[in-house]
Amino acid sequence: MNAPENQRVFSPSQFKVIGTRPVRPDGIDKVTGKAVYGPDFKLAGMLHGATVRSPHAHARIVAIDASKALALPGVKAVVTGADFLAQKSEEVSNGEGEGNLKYIALGCMAQEKVLFVGHAVAAIAATSRPIADAAAALVEVTYEVLPHVIDIMDAVADGAPLLHEDMFTSGVDPKPEKPSNAAMCFTLARGDAGVAMAGAAVTVGGRFTTPPVHQGYLEPQACVATWNADGQGQMWCSSQGQFDVRNYTAGILHMPVSDLRVYPLEIGGGFGGKTTVYLEPVAMLLSRKSGRPVRLSMSREEVFCASGPAPGSVIDVKLGADGEGNFVALEMEFWSHAGAFPGSATHSSAMTALGAYRTENAHVRGWDVCSNIPSTHAYRAPGAPPIAFALEACVDDVARQLGMDAIDLRLKNACRPGDPGPMRIPHGAIGYVECLEAAKAHPHWSAPLGPNQGRGIAGAFWGNYGGPSTAAVALGADGSVMVTTGNPDIGGSRASMAIMAAETLGVPYESVRVSIADTASLGYSMLTGGSRTTFATGKAVVEACRKIIATLSERAAHLFGVAAGEVEWRDGAAHCLAGDRSGESLSIAAVSGKFMQFSGAVSAEATVNPQDYLPGFTVQICDAEVDPETGHISIARYTAIQDVGRAIHPDYVEGQLQGGAVQGIGWALNEAYIYDSQGRMENAGFLDYRMPVCSDLPMIDTVLVEKPNPAHPYGVKGVGESPIVTPLAAVANAVCDATGMRFHDLPLSPDRVWSALQAAG
Amino acid sequence: MSKIAVSTSVNGDAAEFLCDPGETLLDALRDSLGLTGSKEGCGSGDCGACTVMLDGAMVCACLVFAAEAEGRKITTIEGVADGSVLHPVQRQFLEHAALQCGFCTPGFIVAAKALLEVNASPSEEEIRYWLAGNLCRCTGYDKIVRAVSAAAAEMRQERVTS
Repeated sequence: MNAPENQRVFSPSQFKVIGTRPVRPDGIDKVTGKAVYGPDFKLAGMLHGATVRSPHAHARIVAIDASKALALPGVKAVVTGADFLAQKSEEVSNGEGEGNLKYIALGCMAQEKVLFVGHAVAAIAATSRPIADAAAALVEVTYEVLPHVIDIMDAVADGAPLLHEDMFTSGVDPKPEKPSNAAMCFTLARGDAGVAMAGAAVTVGGRFTTPPVHQGYLEPQACVATWNADGQGQMWCSSQGQFDVRNYTAGILHMPVSDLRVYPLEIGGGFGGKTTVYLEPVAMLLSRKSGRPVRLSMSREEVFCASGPAPGSVIDVKLGADGEGNFVALEMEFWSHAGAFPGSATHSSAMTALGAYRTENAHVRGWDVCSNIPSTHAYRAPGAPPIAFALEACVDDVARQLGMDAIDLRLKNACRPGDPGPMRIPHGAIGYVECLEAAKAHPHWSAPLGPNQGRGIAGAFWGNYGGPSTAAVALGADGSVMVTTGNPDIGGSRASMAIMAAETLGVPYESVRVSIADTASLGYSMLTGGSRTTFATGKAVVEACRKIIATLSERAAHLFGVAAGEVEWRDGAAHCLAGDRSGESLSIAAVSGKFMQFSGAVSAEATVNPQDYLPGFTVQICDAEVDPETGHISIARYTAIQDVGRAIHPDYVEGQLQGGAVQGIGWALNEAYIYDSQGRMENAGFLDYRMPVCSDLPMIDTVLVEKPNPAHPYGVKGVGESPIVTPLAAVANAVCDATGMRFHDLPLSPDRVWSALQAAG
Repeated sequence: MSKIAVSTSVNGDAAEFLCDPGETLLDALRDSLGLTGSKEGCGSGDCGACTVMLDGAMVCACLVFAAEAEGRKITTIEGVADGSVLHPVQRQFLEHAALQCGFCTPGFIVAAKALLEVNASPSEEEIRYWLAGNLCRCTGYDKIVRAVSAAAAEMRQERVTS
């Protein structure tokens, strides 16, 4: 192994269970093949669905004739856009960004126009998948092909084909008179960037570009739906949030929310990509029409062509510093790929530009631009990595021009607690400085480099999120503990919930079991995303456990024959503090087992909506080796450092840092949506859309910096998204160090790097 | 089109199913035999989530015709544990938290077990190249490599003590 054991920077633990590394409760099912994921679920009498998708990037639907498909034996239902009720514009929020039900519905099934290759135009339900596929091929769709546009800057050029003839750019004054593919303009400004830039001793910058990339979750979307004639429906699917799947689907189908019950299946990766619906409303309609349960699923090609990738971006940036390296001005304008429908993450992109450094004068403006690619969607820290790629390149270039150490320059400018955040609200107990100091102290930073190798560093801010969560805790008569939450376990959250419950109640980890509720069994919980689950849902679990302790203490006092305040709950038992029985204790089982003497079983529910989350800060160090003969870049060493608040289960926290770093390495080196002249994706498979494989990588060393969030009972800060914000920049800065050349465009594929090396001689 | 009757052996037990001529072994395992532990991540042999052993050779079940299973011996993820006793690779995946979502895990475990059957003490590089046909998007592979290395050590120790 080329990396030492992973490290933690923290104070000695005052906890018994927090910070330990037990086996996850759902582990055995997942290493033996028993766990049931989206595509694994089936019902008796279930039909199989197939989707008819547009071969054109932009076209008007003139007619759809499904008569031949319906005539095929075994075909039970066909659904087209005509089966969807009119959908008015309605904003919905889920913690991974905002959406609009009108556009989510249009993404499920085209109406009037198709807006990208792969856009659904019809769907079939039949007695077998081969019959459904054969029927899909018999659906005759007549198109009037329209000019299309893929590239962001082409889409905002004069005379570009318009996707939405009624769309006028919002956020600009005066209101535009002509429609545009730019849905929105968002500006964050402070001070006077123009004047300050003119006075800067050093200015750096340029135009940076990143392509659309896919989240690359291994499990394709799949669902099984049943919708009866009385209006009641049930759905089994994997998603990042069964409650949001329910709300979107019910909203699109104009159902009362309580008429749809969604059961969460195990989820095979999401990274933001499973925070919306593509198949679910269609499967519901097929079931309603056929009277049978219907499975609808995507192939990998459909996942690439019809689910939302992360936006591509074009970023113009200029950073100015004084002679000592203090940043004095930042100017940034960026254009982000919304795809078929508006809604790329321009807000969080803009916040990324202003979250990490003290910059008194800044002007940041982002444009949300529609073009004929799938509607882009959240991908782990939505909108942030491309911005950090551009900004951290500038930070590095300032250091180079001033002859300063890259970490010292960042330390000089890094936001501290109390400094204004991106929205001018002062930062809380943030840990950027501690991360930078950990980087400086890490042996990686001072290790010698090999031939053709360069070292890069990058730091970043990510906002994180809180949001509503519900949790229920119930005790068995034997004192064992059942915790129920509404958040799918996408990477070990059953374990972290069990740890927090065990710590709070003072019981062993193994006595706590965690379930994930369907939507009829618990109140609303926002989806697993926005790095919110361990923070917000963890708060709900701890609060419910505290209610349990209150009940147990009250009952124990009664059993001891003392006043309510004369019992202390400690180490999983009630200790009597007064009277004849002072010094005696009653275990959790001894109290909960007496439930027939009291008002029933011991159980509690808690609903929270915490807004006191804190942002994550991350610093990553990358050693890249550039092969001068081929332009191929390999990653020789990598270290990911992050302020995590406090690691509840350090293994799974380290795993977030490692996984995020590697996804970002793929984004930097290999991954991109490639389109032909007809707007068709040319690399819609894992062979040609090249995600990092095991042999591409070194060990990913991690350092967990623990600067607790005082607003969380155990100090948690969100960790899942931050680690992907920095790697694009860390890799690019390492390549710059190795080659002496600044690459402005991702991915850093061998052909691009080789050509640049050749041109430079 | 008439179905093909196939007699085969899956995880040590005789198994029979009917399949279409174009049906994959993966579909037969998942749909006809109910063994959904093998996953379809791509359907094109690029992700390794459907890795199974066919007469002792590691294959992607999505690239094998179901009819080719006739008279062969297949081991899937469901056959890796010895009853309720986990294989060292499975145990070390849990101990090292080498899975997050778990969707790629069955393929990795079948592939890693196959590696340790031909190489009792693989280097980090050998582990990485052997597993290069299995995609994981969650972990960055670090903990997977550590788990396989630990499983190798555990199995070497078992051989010494048994």
